[in-house]
Amino acid sequence: MSDFQQTALQLAEQQQSPEWLNSLREQGASTWAKASWPTRKTENWKYLSLAPLQQYQQLGWGAAADSHALDEVEQLQLDATRLVFINGRFSSEHSSALPAGVVRFGEADDEQRTLISQHLGRVVDSERHLFAALSNAWAADGVLVHVPRGQRLEKPIYVVNISTPQRTPVAASQRLLVVLEDNAEVELIEHYASDVHAQNGFVNSLTEVVVGNNAQVQHYRINLEQEDLLHVGGVHVNLQRDARFHGFTLAQGSRLKRIDYQVNMLGEGAHLDLNGIYLPRNRQVIDYHTNVEHCVPHCTSNEVFRGIIGDSAKAVFNGRIHIHPQAQKTLAELSNKNLLTSRTAEINTKPELEIYADDVRCAHGATISQLDETSMYYLQSRGVSKADAITMLSFGFINELLNQVPEQAVQDYLRPRLVSLFGQASETVGQIGYE
Amino acid sequence: MMLNIKDLYAKVEEKDILKGLSIEVKPGEVHAIMGPNGSGKSTMGNVLSGRPGYEATAGSVTFKGQDLLEMETEERAREGLFLAFQYPVEIPGVSNMEFLKAAVDAKRKHQGLEEMSSVDFLKLARETCKRVNLDASFLKRGVNEGFSGGEKKRNEIMQMMLLEPELCILDETDSGLDIDALQVVADGVNAMRDGKRSFLVVTHYQRLLDYIVPDYVHVLAGGRIVKSGDKSLALELEAKGYGWLESEVV
Repeated sequence: MSDFQQTALQLAEQQQSPEWLNSLREQGASTWAKASWPTRKTENWKYLSLAPLQQYQQLGWGAAADSHALDEVEQLQLDATRLVFINGRFSSEHSSALPAGVVRFGEADDEQRTLISQHLGRVVDSERHLFAALSNAWAADGVLVHVPRGQRLEKPIYVVNISTPQRTPVAASQRLLVVLEDNAEVELIEHYASDVHAQNGFVNSLTEVVVGNNAQVQHYRINLEQEDLLHVGGVHVNLQRDARFHGFTLAQGSRLKRIDYQVNMLGEGAHLDLNGIYLPRNRQVIDYHTNVEHCVPHCTSNEVFRGIIGDSAKAVFNGRIHIHPQAQKTLAELSNKNLLTSRTAEINTKPELEIYADDVRCAHGATISQLDETSMYYLQSRGVSKADAITMLSFGFINELLNQVPEQAVQDYLRPRLVSLFGQASETVGQIGYE
Repeated sequence: MMLNIKDLYAKVEEKDILKGLSIEVKPGEVHAIMGPNGSGKSTMGNVLSGRPGYEATAGSVTFKGQDLLEMETEERAREGLFLAFQYPVEIPGVSNMEFLKAAVDAKRKHQGLEEMSSVDFLKLARETCKRVNLDASFLKRGVNEGFSGGEKKRNEIMQMMLLEPELCILDETDSGLDIDALQVVADGVNAMRDGKRSFLVVTHYQRLLDYIVPDYVHVLAGGRIVKSGDKSLALELEAKGYGWLESEVV
């Protein structure tokens, strides 16, 4: 067992958790302990080093704290049910009153416990996803969002996870379980943020989503934490007949950041669309792995990921689409475009198609490019400075995806923050009203 | 003197294109540059606006008394030089509005003026759209993204109107336009003729000069001016083609 595996197990022992989660925790701990630690030879971790995790001399659980990041989060102006976690601890002070169906695990009633036990750790395959096993071992607090048949939660659910600087590095485990019965609808936003100072912590997050027949989820995952914060996260989704998952994800890099999306098409007519943006800079890394399992006929999936990799940053995108033999009439598309803005930036992109059915339509593509010279010239020939032109073109590259974000508040929140990432001379871009 | 090109030599990708080009343009004048394909018409526009890869190797160009060739692309624009592109560039993701405001603000900043407020600019941009017969919805779309050929050219003229340059170079702005679109472009240009602003109108077809009447017509062939005259020269070219001039190219 590696040092980090041991550290993590010790941390599990220090936790207080509801007794009824014990079997999941034990199962998780056992899988975690038995797993061989990934190396560069492990296919799923080929381009991402887990060394930063091994470098923790000590790692403990965090405590609630005040955070400037909250002011920042307030800027996302959305009328939502907000749940705030700081260093993994729930902050009732900063959270809204919860509507029926939304509950923290520790406060779940009998019926809800049954529901949690029935689904938690069942959407994700912890044998294949090492850090899901860890999440199971660390299962304690978490949020259940349950929407009964035919209903829609009036307000979006906004889960905020904030990391603050602590004297010694802290771990946080974030767990979200979403269960939608048939014809139900929900909008969810997961927002990971931190103070601007060095964090040196580790967040392990896991979201499981069960989408019933003809139910619909609009899901956002925003990772804008400071670069010293390590993060491994996963979003695992089961789609039943005619169920729809509309996802958007955006992340900056960090010393270690890995985000997995696993979507299982289990019922005919299910649909996934997932747009993603990654923006590593400095010496950050970011690794997105997506995997869509087309298990039944007539399902559609469309993934579009774009990355801008600057400085000496590194990005990994691995998009797997697996079309099972019975999944005829599948339409699956995957596009990954990358913009390298420096000579030392690195991208490893791999679309991975496994098709075992013969009557399907599949398209995938990956491109890597630099800023277009002709476009640069065009902008400059109109008096725009080189720095502004770089900002505009870089931002334009991802703005196409940002423009498709259905929740206007999320667009309005992200746009100026992204613009500010692309250079100092960005004032011209941010102030334009996009009515 | 607005523009003084003196014995200019330029190359593109190691190939010599301009070979001793000389033109003098005074404020308020409209000069038409005609010539066969490959004569260096577009190269001239690109060298003047500072396109990377278009390298002046000898000769001089002064713009309002300053050494143009020493200036950065964006400096030239801010000083009042404008090139309407033969092939306007599509930039998805950058809205036309954002692009136009950045351009106008850059110029205003250069002139020591305040940036325009978004509200004022939007109003101005909408009015200008109307003048070139473009729907205001074009402002929200990506720069030239999915625009038809005619829409792209009208967008160039709109930029010209917003930036109010002192020297306008139109690089085959008429190519590919139907008569209606040509009329819009010509009306735009004519409205901007104020006795001070100068124009270099590069065209392959005499037709444009029925709408934009030039003070001078030059024939560019083999990288230099081989013949100059007034507007009647354009008619002569239309009637006889360029063949008869070949003997004059060294």
